[in-house]
Amino acid sequence: MTTVAAPPRVEAQPAPVLRGYRFELVKLLSQWRIRVLLLACWIAPAVFVVAVSLQSTLPSDTVFGRWMHATGWAGALVVLDFSRSWALPLLTALVAGDVFATEDRLGTWRHLLVAVRSPRRIFVAKGLATLTVLLVLVAGLAVSGIAGGLAAVGDHPLVGLDGHLLSPGGAAGTVLLSWACVLAPTLAFAGVGLLGSVALGRSTMGLLMPALLAFALQLTQLLPLPVPIRLALPSHAFLAWRGLFTSPAQTGPLLIGIVVSLAWAIVATALAYHLFLRRGFTDLAYDGSGRRVLVAGALPLAALVGLTAVLLAVVTPAKGSGIEQAKLQRSLATVYAHLYRVQTRELHRPDVTEAQLAATASCDKGGDRVLDQGPGNDWRCVVSWHLPGTAAVGQAIYQLDVTADGRYVADGDGPKEVNGYFPVRTETGDAPNPLWQFDGNVDLLASTKD
Amino acid sequence: MRRSPAVRGRGIRKSFGDVVALDGVDLDVASGQVHGLVGPNGAGKTTLLGLLLGLAVADSGRLEILGTTVGRTLAVPDGVSGFVDGPGLYPSLTARQNLSALAALRGHETGQAARVGEALEQVGLTDVADDRLRGFSLGMRQRLGLAAALLTEPRLLVLDEPANGLDPAGKHHVHRVITGLAAAGTAVVLSSHRMDDLAALCSEVTLLATGRVVFSGPVGKLAAESGELDYRVRTSDPAEAHRVALETPGLQVKSDRDPAERPDTDVLVVRGPVPVLDDLVVRLVRADVAVRELAPVVSPLEAAFLAMTGQTDEENK
Repeated sequence: MTTVAAPPRVEAQPAPVLRGYRFELVKLLSQWRIRVLLLACWIAPAVFVVAVSLQSTLPSDTVFGRWMHATGWAGALVVLDFSRSWALPLLTALVAGDVFATEDRLGTWRHLLVAVRSPRRIFVAKGLATLTVLLVLVAGLAVSGIAGGLAAVGDHPLVGLDGHLLSPGGAAGTVLLSWACVLAPTLAFAGVGLLGSVALGRSTMGLLMPALLAFALQLTQLLPLPVPIRLALPSHAFLAWRGLFTSPAQTGPLLIGIVVSLAWAIVATALAYHLFLRRGFTDLAYDGSGRRVLVAGALPLAALVGLTAVLLAVVTPAKGSGIEQAKLQRSLATVYAHLYRVQTRELHRPDVTEAQLAATASCDKGGDRVLDQGPGNDWRCVVSWHLPGTAAVGQAIYQLDVTADGRYVADGDGPKEVNGYFPVRTETGDAPNPLWQFDGNVDLLASTKD
Repeated sequence: MRRSPAVRGRGIRKSFGDVVALDGVDLDVASGQVHGLVGPNGAGKTTLLGLLLGLAVADSGRLEILGTTVGRTLAVPDGVSGFVDGPGLYPSLTARQNLSALAALRGHETGQAARVGEALEQVGLTDVADDRLRGFSLGMRQRLGLAAALLTEPRLLVLDEPANGLDPAGKHHVHRVITGLAAAGTAVVLSSHRMDDLAALCSEVTLLATGRVVFSGPVGKLAAESGELDYRVRTSDPAEAHRVALETPGLQVKSDRDPAERPDTDVLVVRGPVPVLDDLVVRLVRADVAVRELAPVVSPLEAAFLAMTGQTDEENK
């Protein structure tokens, strides 16, 4: 009788995260859905921007839409404003919302665990792969939109949301920075997607969570919420990039929005991690539970909103809706003065400075019976300025539609020589009148003191 | 020759809440042995296979795999491979991509292409190596799952129903791979409900029922414990055969009616010890009745399985 010697013992080691990451990337990129998204994100914005730029009618209801004939940089911002509403939450839903659930559907958890030997590393690898794909998708949206705009219209100065001109180089940097800023809320939605994917298993509800959250937040943002609550929502940074296009930049809401979004991303991902490590992988019929989502997901995130809102109410001067008469007047006068100079140049008149114009605005909301604060389309403003070379004071009337996020559209109501008509007559023919309609942005956090 | 144990389990107990999946299970699998796990649904086979793969850890008892005591989940030593509850592969990837990605995940970068090609060839999937899995049949996926397990050059291979959905050619491939691995010293633990597979592949089997071992040992010994079997007798003259069988001492005729009354069947079912069956054959020949077939209605292994797990063949049918 002989004994066969046992081979030397080799302790099992989990697969390194980098290998797991590559494995997850291969799996993600092999899915037709992800491939279609990649193609769409890298091609569709360019096609859209080129097509719209060639039309006579521009999407003026979208921020910077009215400038798409003037500069190629506006197209990328229109794509950004459209993406923040639907495309980015939808992308996170389709990528992050399914990355764990797909293993449940395919019944591959045991196989993956045997191969990787570490649930922690599986989570990290899946998270990193999701992040990578999302970054490539967002980069595609940005690059494609910019390329389409530059190809169709060209590299020209961009008019900011306070009417000042950004040089092509400045516009390029600010556009790229804006896209970088929306990565933070995209990560927040991705965190929610991971959480839904882990908590709800093979259920399609997990896939829908980021999209449902986006829809709910969009509805919420339409309400005249107090500023601390508005800024405590993870979607605020999707809007706050607009503050980069004023001078000085409205950095307060933007920085708060980014920090809040990153906090959401971290908390949601940590909750997903916690749930993932606690789940049982031996139950093939696992499809999460509604109670688990409520207790382990929704309640902590709701608590985060509450805590953030309280903190912001204490440490910022923000109160009410943040849209106040004095701030609106100041913003409108500033935009008007900047755009007056643009009109002056179009008409080849002698240049003036904003200081010479000394523009002021007087705004009233809804007549005497309504408080002069808050969003609404019933703001009526009179802008006054000193006509260059004379002692006379010019006046122009605007109807303002102010939304709860601080954006407003000023619609010129005369006199017709200044802001009453869309075109102005120049030496070379008719040109768009910059004072006829324009966008502005009120800093919700700014102090009302002059 | 005595081989070193690949698996040695003593008093393994595993519960899921109030449900006791394994209750004091002992298991010994030697290197180079193909060991079958058999038992009715819910007997604990999958749980035991999961413990061998490291997917769970026993609540109590001792489990040694390849000489290493396993004390926590996912801590089985290198050299253990296999699958439970299906091969777990990705339908959006081709067969080759599935294996290449797995090989890269496990760190087999060098010679990866050759290793993958060899594994595909072993299971007979070279022709469809670049097809996506979503078009694969169940049997093809099973074979690819086996190929995936082969990538690690396992010393303990754990397979759950590896012959599920296989056509005869696929079954041939899988049997050849398993017997080849065993011959090279790999221990193979496989569960199956197909007794013919177990009889063909396994040298030993462990029979589980409600989480406990009711038999463990050589296949031949299990078959011997099956007791008297029902035999199917097919003859040239069923009516005469029925009459002769009734006159044969010690033989029970299980067919409830005379074949003359049932022209649709020429099969007689009888039960008795082997010498009595010999006597029946002699009597049939003397009566000028040709015996065309004499075979157990169920295999000895299956009969033993049914007897030991408290199931009747009628229930099983």
